[in-house]
Amino acid sequence: MTTALTHPKTLFEKVWEQHLVAEPAGEPTLLYIDLHLVHEVTSPQAFEGLRLAGRSVRRPDRHIATVDHNVPTTSIGDRLVIADQIAAKQVDALRRNCAEFGIELFDVQAAEQGIVHMIGPELGATKPGMTIVCGDSHTSTHGAFGALAFGIGTSEVEHVMATQTLPQDKPRTFRINVEGELPYGVTAKDIILEIIGRIGTDGATGYVVEYAGSAIRALSMEGRMTVCNMSIEAGARAGMIAPDDTTFAYLKGRRFAPAGPLQNSTTSGEDSWSNAVAQWRTLVTDEGAAFDRELTIDAGKLAPRVTWGTSPGMVTGIDDVVPSVDDALSDADRKSFARALEYMDLKPGTRIDDIRVDAVFLGSCTNARIEDLRAAAQVVNGYQVATSVRAMVVPGSQQVKAQAEKEGLATIFTAAGFEWREPGCSMCLGMNPDILQPGERCASTSNRNFEGRQGRGGRTHLVSPVMAAAAAITGRLTDIRRWKFAGTDPGLASDQMLVEGGSR
Amino acid sequence: MQPINRLTATAAPLPLPNIDTDQIIPKQFLKRIERTGYGEVLFYDWRRIQEGPEAGKEDPRFVLNRPEYKGVEILIAEKNFGCGSSREHAAWAIRQFGFRAVIAPTFADIFYSNAGKNGIVLARLTEAEVETLMARSTANPGHLITLDLQAQTVTDDEGFAAHFDIDPFRKYCLLNGLDDIGLTLRHEADLDRYEHAHTREYWMSPKACA
Repeated sequence: MTTALTHPKTLFEKVWEQHLVAEPAGEPTLLYIDLHLVHEVTSPQAFEGLRLAGRSVRRPDRHIATVDHNVPTTSIGDRLVIADQIAAKQVDALRRNCAEFGIELFDVQAAEQGIVHMIGPELGATKPGMTIVCGDSHTSTHGAFGALAFGIGTSEVEHVMATQTLPQDKPRTFRINVEGELPYGVTAKDIILEIIGRIGTDGATGYVVEYAGSAIRALSMEGRMTVCNMSIEAGARAGMIAPDDTTFAYLKGRRFAPAGPLQNSTTSGEDSWSNAVAQWRTLVTDEGAAFDRELTIDAGKLAPRVTWGTSPGMVTGIDDVVPSVDDALSDADRKSFARALEYMDLKPGTRIDDIRVDAVFLGSCTNARIEDLRAAAQVVNGYQVATSVRAMVVPGSQQVKAQAEKEGLATIFTAAGFEWREPGCSMCLGMNPDILQPGERCASTSNRNFEGRQGRGGRTHLVSPVMAAAAAITGRLTDIRRWKFAGTDPGLASDQMLVEGGSR
Repeated sequence: MQPINRLTATAAPLPLPNIDTDQIIPKQFLKRIERTGYGEVLFYDWRRIQEGPEAGKEDPRFVLNRPEYKGVEILIAEKNFGCGSSREHAAWAIRQFGFRAVIAPTFADIFYSNAGKNGIVLARLTEAEVETLMARSTANPGHLITLDLQAQTVTDDEGFAAHFDIDPFRKYCLLNGLDDIGLTLRHEADLDRYEHAHTREYWMSPKACA
């Protein structure tokens, strides 16, 4: 891969150009797809389409399947025999389809099962420079590894299975630089909520976003996945972050990561991991490469974010108040502000930290990784969930669940009164029995606060894991920056033991 | 997929921005494994009374429940229509309800792609043009709108005339009702060549082995 004689390229352009199968005149580019992730909800009609047309899956080795969207999280028994007959039929269909078409499936009882966007990275199947698709809009998560990853519809799922390609129009590029150091209590979730609030839920439509800058570089892989995950909430086709040592350290040793001696190598002793890393290191935006659009955000000025309305762009600070329709920037927004205020049953001017919650959901492909649970457990440690609150932790995967149990996090949560569940999408979209009742208000670490998203009539406030944890204890939306940590975790730095205005 | 070119029909106005796919089709209907049967659950929650003694019954105020809008084939909405999840069920529901076209200032990306694969024409008009059509279809439910895909125009009998942009290839597929997989397989030789040339790139293989 020589770039010396060509113009400077963005990370996106490099990945795009490495996957060109054909560029027919007057038609979309045919892009090769390295990995397709499959789940039970958006695949049955695609498999049926293949069957009806007498087609096979071209490259079964490039597909990985799991069950996540509609599996119950209550107990292993409830997952093995799903009471909801329609959901059970859909899960069974995936089992039959994977067996028939030769696709590896991580079923409910597998140690690798989890939300589809959790297990790709955990298995090391997600790698820098790959093209990755899935019939789920949060496929953008995998962009955290420098992959070009995006959600597709069921017709496209069928297309990828049949041809391992997708016809794609080339998106434009948008770089968002987040520079500086995040203040105490501000997380990756707050970065992405801030971005969506600024540019709007259609602010990145038609673009692939590259997140760059010192605050992004300083994030862990978990944090980077949170940021890329919600790219779709700004309308972006995909979000990407250039791979670096943090990325490689995360991937090394994982099940599907390269390991062992390099085959067909001309240099003796060269190993496949080092060779792969050398390839991946080229996946950075070249100095001087042009973007169609750029935005710079000062990380040092960010505060914890909370959504107040029914769209992820309706977001404000925890130390702010519920806006009024007069704060809307356009007539269309005025209408949706009015509707959102009514649906959320909120009065303009109400302090955000005066809003009481009935439920807390710690989970989803946005924020159910081990780092999220560690941070939330530190907040919870030594406290009890408010009596008026139903709180649950739904780890994103079996690996996260096992790790959290090993580290004692599960005990901290259950001792505090949280429900500790089996992995799945759960209350992020309420396809399984985990839903809000009409009128219930929830502090949620998930990604969408649409009307009825977590259950018909349910009201969702999107927050970071630490903010959700604090809300579970106090029973209202709470500023984590004022939290008094009660736990005696020796790993917690003393400067994090902020005492000002603690709730107890 | 059914070809489409010229359509003259009445339209249902939905004067809201950011109509997301959870509203178009709520999650409980995504558990099915069939490709049909989604038309009757389009906008399921909006079509029903949410609170009070009548909860669960059809809401007579909602546009798609009003008898004067029976037979509509065009949907008019505000910006960013179809945002949210990738569920193609949203496009299936819209098509199976009887809609052949949606007119809005902008559409979300994945929905735009899904609609095209189901024979639904998405016409992006300016906010002012959408507002005009919205007002006419609100004032007069019988107001007829003509969408001509070949000419890329939207017109009516009261002098409205607007042009919309559409990618030529998408237009060709919609006009001819073409299936994507068949089109792609015209490039199978390129695909074979690509795979052959890249077989050793294990660092981009899901299950890497060196």
